[in-house]
Amino acid sequence: MTNTGQVKVANSVNRAKGLPGLVEDWSSDQRAFKNVSWRKAMMWIFLLSDTFIFSIFLLSYMTSRMSTKVGWPNASEVFSLHIGHTNFPLLLIAIMTFVLISSSGTMVLAVNYGYRKDRKLTAIMLLVTALLGATFVGMQVFEWSKLISEGVRPWSNPMGAPQFGGIFFMITGFHGTHVSIGVIFLLVMAQKVWRGDYDTQKLGFFTSRKGDYECVEIMGLYWHFVDLVWVFIFAFFYLW
Amino acid sequence: MIGFNKSHKGQDNAREMPADGHQAHPLKVYFIVWVWLFILSACSYMVDFMSFQGYLRWTLILFFMIVKAGLILAFFMHIKWERLSLTYAVLLPPIAVFVFVAIMAVESNYTVFTRFNFFDGG
Repeated sequence: MTNTGQVKVANSVNRAKGLPGLVEDWSSDQRAFKNVSWRKAMMWIFLLSDTFIFSIFLLSYMTSRMSTKVGWPNASEVFSLHIGHTNFPLLLIAIMTFVLISSSGTMVLAVNYGYRKDRKLTAIMLLVTALLGATFVGMQVFEWSKLISEGVRPWSNPMGAPQFGGIFFMITGFHGTHVSIGVIFLLVMAQKVWRGDYDTQKLGFFTSRKGDYECVEIMGLYWHFVDLVWVFIFAFFYLW
Repeated sequence: MIGFNKSHKGQDNAREMPADGHQAHPLKVYFIVWVWLFILSACSYMVDFMSFQGYLRWTLILFFMIVKAGLILAFFMHIKWERLSLTYAVLLPPIAVFVFVAIMAVESNYTVFTRFNFFDGG
């Protein structure tokens, strides 16, 4: 203990050795991200780990598709919609893409109004974002049930390579789960903002910590990440 | 916990962020990016609608994908305005993924080669 005090005074010379040194080096006040709060840094680190998860999903998709002898189903046909007498390729997926991009836009507005302390507009924008997110998930449910009714299973499908189903359900399922979790958090945050928790410094019910409008920005990072992942899924799974 | 809050507030004053120290930027920037995201999504959908094939299709898909991802990261996620220490911490590790992609591409080619040569017709 006395040693710790010494080290803090003479910062560069008397560093503790061995295990105490290890603990000290990792716990002392050294920061890599100078102007970023711990919350934001942690969100970025979480997003980085999530990047690896989705990367590895897409990578396993690439590996299965490249190494199968059976032809890969044509996504353009599998995900087409018949409206009247015309056949629109990928129509539902295109609409889902636009819904998600719209929600990213409203999220950015929520962050901006949050920093302007415009409580009502922030809450409304968060609600709109959640609504668009829920719409996205709803359309995904429609897409899943359509494919399941056509006989697509994780282990087989009538259109081609049997890996198609497994890859499809895993990747879009994981992404849909992320969107759903995001919607729940958006609703919780909208309620907090509406109530004025970030103005009155009310403690969070789960974290027991005071929040401020930076929380909206951090929520935004997560939401934009979900949109970002969809950009890659759209390109590699649906368009390729 | 209390000590942590204190240090957090102290560091708030030392921020080098614009305006009140947060990622607050003019709305115009966001609207321009938003419109571009719509245009680029429409473009990538058109790639399929016009049924471009082969290298033209792949090039266009990748191009629109990278530009869209870049816009979202740079403006919506504020990477453009963050310090390099955060930018690099976030953007450099995924390079490892590209190495993995290269390894698995080689591996898949070998797998499909063995499947065609040793699993066809018993």
